[in-house]
Amino acid sequence: MSLWENFVGGLTGLFDFMGRRSDQIAELTLEHFWLVLTAMIIAIAIGITVGVLISYWDPIAYPVINVTQVIMTIPSIAMIAILIPFFGIGFNNGVAALTLYALLPIVRNTYTGIRAIEKAVLESAIGMGMKESVILFRIKLPLALPVIMAGIRTSVVMGIGIGAIAAYIGAGGLGILIFNGINWVNYPMVWTGAIFISIMAIIADLVLGWTENKMSWRT
Amino acid sequence: MIRLENLTKKFTPTDPPAVDDLSLEIKEGETCVLVGPSGCGKTTTMKMINRLIEPTSGKIYINGEDSSKMDPIKLRLGIGYVIQEIGLFPHMNIAENIATVPRELKWPKEKIWKRVDELLETVGLEPEHFRNRKPKDLSGGQRQRIGVARSMAADPPIMLMDEPFGALDPITRAHLQNEFLRIQKRIKKTIIFVTHDIDEAIKMGDKIAIMRKGKLVQYDSPEDMLSTPANEFVVNLVGGNYSIKRLHLIRVDEIIDRSPFTASPEGTISETKALLDKSKLGLVVITDEKKKVIGLVIPAYLKKEGEYNADIMEETGATVGLGSTLNDALSVMLSSGQGYVIVVDEKERIEGVVTLNGIMGVLQDDD
Repeated sequence: MSLWENFVGGLTGLFDFMGRRSDQIAELTLEHFWLVLTAMIIAIAIGITVGVLISYWDPIAYPVINVTQVIMTIPSIAMIAILIPFFGIGFNNGVAALTLYALLPIVRNTYTGIRAIEKAVLESAIGMGMKESVILFRIKLPLALPVIMAGIRTSVVMGIGIGAIAAYIGAGGLGILIFNGINWVNYPMVWTGAIFISIMAIIADLVLGWTENKMSWRT
Repeated sequence: MIRLENLTKKFTPTDPPAVDDLSLEIKEGETCVLVGPSGCGKTTTMKMINRLIEPTSGKIYINGEDSSKMDPIKLRLGIGYVIQEIGLFPHMNIAENIATVPRELKWPKEKIWKRVDELLETVGLEPEHFRNRKPKDLSGGQRQRIGVARSMAADPPIMLMDEPFGALDPITRAHLQNEFLRIQKRIKKTIIFVTHDIDEAIKMGDKIAIMRKGKLVQYDSPEDMLSTPANEFVVNLVGGNYSIKRLHLIRVDEIIDRSPFTASPEGTISETKALLDKSKLGLVVITDEKKKVIGLVIPAYLKKEGEYNADIMEETGATVGLGSTLNDALSVMLSSGQGYVIVVDEKERIEGVVTLNGIMGVLQDDD
């Protein structure tokens, strides 16, 4: 068989698989989506809070950012294993792992977004008599928002990819197609999982990129 | 009234103090200019008044009340604050920027927006046109006007201004200085104004406080500062040429010739020629029915072909406002190459003419 015939054969097999298993694919895609969404909501809440807190106290900012950076370097399969004693296996473990991975971009971008605000803007705000809480919510966060959004976007796209690994400990999602496909030497199955994860990541990237632009005060 | 009593600020225990045992009294409604070389402690002094910096020792009394015992937020809401970098909020439009302090004071909405429009008018910007624009769409001069408007929003009795016009080009700076003087004449705020430019200090101040290395060197009116400098340092800072410096002190309305001949663009040339023959100034100002200056005719233009003034007059870009100093008038004359400048009010209507001879007369009176 030539390479071309191999390719055409593979493609036919892929479409055939997708056609036959469309219900399961849809279900797994939704599962994957929920897994990432849950993790992101938690990561955004924690990440922005931590980012804001460390922006008030520089000595602690770099250690905190470094810790989140170290977390990111842990291989995802190891991370999931490490979390088993705390979260068992299943959905919760997957959410916890994704949350930890998502922290760094959000924490770092919140911190740098706030620190990058022109000094004169903050000085005039304080000098005019605005309270710190008002400055945070009306000046600092709105001005840092485009940078924070960029961090969230990075986290989401990354989370959709890493989310595949979570299937290994039964958290569900499109990773199931990849792992089962490998075990059963079913390449159309592996491809389907990979393709749908990519499509989801691309859509998320586009949507968040658009939101980022809409929210930017610069335009 | 603001009273500084033995005010000292040390940023580190070892370095010499940034402000060293400074005592100063600023009367209500007066503009006090803190001036001196960089690092003399003028900005630090100013920032201690609204407690952006807390003094190491000494007291500040505002209308007799010890400011260290006041709530800093309340204190600052009652003190307008303008800095060189302005610090407008880039994500808010102009109206929202100006509304900052009234919003903090929880004014009702209608009152806030009415006040915003009023302030835009005060600083010479059309509310319709500017209200909804973002700071980045404005020029440097316009932004600084907004900065001033924002600081005056809640009508604070005291204003702190740190080199407010320092980043502007000389022409815009002179323009904004004059405008601010005009506004101040009406609103009578107590102003602490920081600058390193002695000419600006002479122009803007009712009182000038010259500082050096954290200490007060001399505190006097501009006139006294010029005539009796306390020591060598003041002499050097003020610079020689007392007469020229005095041009910053005198306003054009003191030597203005209020009766220049005027004519309409529809007037005939022969009439204008007759006026020119009688005119001591040697010029006839052409104005429209609202007294707005649209051009002028000098004897040289009579040689041109035409029947009516409109045919021979030339536009004059060289005008100054009523609040301008003789120094402003002189620079306009120097740049236009003419020995006169037309003085107009804020609506560009004619007020009179200032001539080079008039300015020379002032300088000669001094000697």
